Amino acid sequence: MHILLVDDEEEFVVTVAERLNMRGIDADWATNAEDALAMARAKHYDLAVLDVKLPRTSGLELREWLARDNPGMKFIFLTGHGSAEDYRVGAAGAAHYLGKPVSLQVLIAKMNETLGIKDG
Amino acid sequence: MADKLGPLGWMGVQFFGRMSASISHEIKNVLAIINENAGLLEDLALMAGKGVPLDPERLERVARGLMKQVQRADVIVKNMNKFAHSVDDFEKSVDLQDLLSVVVRLALRFADMRRVTLNLLPASAPVAVTTRPFLLENLLWCCLDFAMDQAGSGGTVTIGMEKTVDGARVTFSGLGDAEARTFPSQEERLLAEALAARTELDVEGGRLRLILSEANPGGTA
Repeated sequence: MHILLVDDEEEFVVTVAERLNMRGIDADWATNAEDALAMARAKHYDLAVLDVKLPRTSGLELREWLARDNPGMKFIFLTGHGSAEDYRVGAAGAAHYLGKPVSLQVLIAKMNETLGIKDG
Repeated sequence: MADKLGPLGWMGVQFFGRMSASISHEIKNVLAIINENAGLLEDLALMAGKGVPLDPERLERVARGLMKQVQRADVIVKNMNKFAHSVDDFEKSVDLQDLLSVVVRLALRFADMRRVTLNLLPASAPVAVTTRPFLLENLLWCCLDFAMDQAGSGGTVTIGMEKTVDGARVTFSGLGDAEARTFPSQEERLLAEALAARTELDVEGGRLRLILSEANPGGTA
């Protein structure tokens, strides 16, 4: 499973990637949309975990750009926003919307569910 | 609801709500980082239990990261507290530098999102003004919001202040020459009137000035 994590909080995204890597999940990270798009052009990712709010753009826009160039890529939104965002994210076609902070176990379970991988 | 509050009241509620949402988002981010660092410590402890040696430098880095986030949260909450207390007195004497610091701190996340740098210059001497603190914070935010839009991605907005004969002047510089939206808007003009303040936009010089008159802070006395 190849995962792309995108969040403008570098310490957060680096630590999540490190913890996923410790569990044998190949996870790369970016802190902005431009880097994420460049990474997705250079490598295949099965799933992207996106922050809803990113510098100069939104995770919703980034999802559209990534989906256009990478058919089949799945998405999960991870954000510190409140409930008002839920409707927009739901409408954007993401598999899941998770509020921060989230336990890694829950995140991995949602990633597996999204990719149709059985836990364990 | 807006009808009963009047335009100024509604603007104030919207401003308070927007800032509160931003603060809660920042705190959520801090909690998420603390959560991940705590999880990482747990992972390292589990690995140590399986015989993988603990790396003291790695542990120290995690501890430093946790302390940094606690300090970050402390700054956010202290600023939120100052902001919340700005509605305690409708009108009073304030240190403009302090009040401006609160607004600039509140605006930092908005600036990050637009990739704009905010540079608040220290006043050469204390600038005390008698004003309506919450309304002034709202108007300063309106000026800063406009200035950040005008500065554009990669720009720097520098904010300076000085005492004048009958009040004070706040200058926002570094505004680009992008096509300006109407500033001040009708609501922003009402806010300025309630503070007996006026704005001057110098498009060529890339500056916006907010001029406060202490002699008549309410504008109607």
